[in-house]
Amino acid sequence: MTVVFDRPKSLTDKKFHYCPGCHHGIIHRLIAEVIDELGIQYRTILVGCVGCSVFITDYLDVDGVQSAHGRGPAVATGVKRTRPDHIVFTYQGDGDLAAIGTCEIVHAAARSENITVIFVNNTTYGMTGGQMAPTTVVGQVTTTTPEGRDARRCGYPVRISEMLATLEGARFIQRVAVFDPKMVREARKAILKAFKNQMDGVGFSLVEVLSACPTNWGIKPTESADWIRENMLPIFPLGVFKDVQPDVSGQALSGQAAPGAAGERG
Amino acid sequence: MKVLKKGNEAIGEAAIRAGCRYFFGYPITPQNEIPEYMAKMLPSAGGVFLQAESELAAINMVYGAAAAGARVMTSSSGPGISLKQEGISFLAGAELPCLIVDVMRSGPGLGGILPSQADYFQATRGGGHGDYRTVVYAPASVQEMADLVGKSFETADRYRTPVLLAADGSLGQMMEQVEFPEPIDASSRDTSWAVGQGDGKSRKVLSSLNLDAKSMERHNLDLQAKYDKIKECETMAEHYYTEDAEAVLVAYGMAARICKGAVDELRAEGIRAGLLRPITLFPFPERELKEAVRNAGLALAVEMSLGQMVEDVRLAVGCILPVEFYGRTGGVVPTVKEISGVLKDLMKRGADK
Repeated sequence: MTVVFDRPKSLTDKKFHYCPGCHHGIIHRLIAEVIDELGIQYRTILVGCVGCSVFITDYLDVDGVQSAHGRGPAVATGVKRTRPDHIVFTYQGDGDLAAIGTCEIVHAAARSENITVIFVNNTTYGMTGGQMAPTTVVGQVTTTTPEGRDARRCGYPVRISEMLATLEGARFIQRVAVFDPKMVREARKAILKAFKNQMDGVGFSLVEVLSACPTNWGIKPTESADWIRENMLPIFPLGVFKDVQPDVSGQALSGQAAPGAAGERG
Repeated sequence: MKVLKKGNEAIGEAAIRAGCRYFFGYPITPQNEIPEYMAKMLPSAGGVFLQAESELAAINMVYGAAAAGARVMTSSSGPGISLKQEGISFLAGAELPCLIVDVMRSGPGLGGILPSQADYFQATRGGGHGDYRTVVYAPASVQEMADLVGKSFETADRYRTPVLLAADGSLGQMMEQVEFPEPIDASSRDTSWAVGQGDGKSRKVLSSLNLDAKSMERHNLDLQAKYDKIKECETMAEHYYTEDAEAVLVAYGMAARICKGAVDELRAEGIRAGLLRPITLFPFPERELKEAVRNAGLALAVEMSLGQMVEDVRLAVGCILPVEFYGRTGGVVPTVKEISGVLKDLMKRGADK
């Protein structure tokens, strides 16, 4: 009998706790596949952050450090600078990365910290029960915008990928989605590149993944793909926002690249 | 060989000699010489100096480096230490060793940049959220700053816990003679618990997350047992003429140095004064204090705050003898005369009663 589909080696056999229709499971699997493909399971360190994915360290069979809310990129910086030979990545939701952790993600990118960031954007705080996130679209009903997000009072959604792409230190930024098979394949390619970049010493790489939260959106899982297409894609268009090689002139100025910083192969 | 060194720089030099190779910090007065010294010296020692975007980021970088097994430190002052409390709580919860230096300035709020001891509560009560404590060392000279840095790293490793070194702005800024310990190679420290062993044998997850009540309680009881052991084994204090003392001053850090002058002055006048100087603020030297006041009729806590350590003094000996308090705050440093005068007044009032 030929096995055509199996659990990736880097995924534990623990059952996901995620709600029906949630995309975390797909994204976890893609990361595990990429880690297997690159053969880096035993030298990968995952920085788990705060949100629904707080238990990701139970699911991915790699070393893990649990970060405080939003501080993943700072924690990953400390880990990577200490173990530059390891592959270090954060897995952060939009509340974690785009609200409380905005400062840390911006400066990790500005330093071109040689880490990989998987940024899962589902426009809401899932774990705490569906409050307004920095990525909540105008008009979207959440538990803290019961009448829908009113831009006059609550402002507008933050486009992290576009914003970070303006930074010199950001080397690779792509936004993907996983609500159809073609997109899943594209997302896998982006995640692979974001990990491979780190191995090649390219510097800061981030993949934003649009994700469904039918539970907090108050819709059926089967309606999620349409919801993302109609409500998210116009504001969060898919695509590559940055794809460059390290700027070596910066390193020449500082003399030598620090361990863990871009340019150092590891 | 003795050299002349500024307190803050002595901390940096002592840390490098203790094998610290990772420093993450953010500028704040009056401790800037520490990161500046590390920025200059660490790279050539094969280490990493990184200026973070905030104190929050700095302490979380420390957390990440500690999780990966680094001998790591950060330093700051009041407002920055407040921001670091999130990370300190996580370090305590995940049981990770590191050194945090607080060169205290006056507060609350932005306060001032002059020396103060008003962070005592924050330092000794845990500071951040949850059931935890940090070990707190309080040096009183540049020499002791240098000595306690190495000691702090050892204690942090022995108990896998964050350790705080609480100095004040005057100690950080003053220059004194100091003899540094010989450099040690810390690369053979036991870090078998850290992530990134790379052997693929045992997966390591370092976390403070625990949603099960009983298991969380178990973890907190284990932490408590660790703090009890620290109390038993790591408490430090200095006795100064306490043996026959009729009145005992209790003070730490810079305030203790001034109190020593007051003890000398009072002794010259025939008053049997003594000083108990806590060197660890947590654990507080209760036993040592009880011993120090055994012949005394009065204890006077002297602080550069409006009365924080005095609560620990009262908890330890408040039921044995009267405990009085004298403090100056806001960056004002008390003088020897002032303290001698206060003690004499109190003794006279006690005698008049």
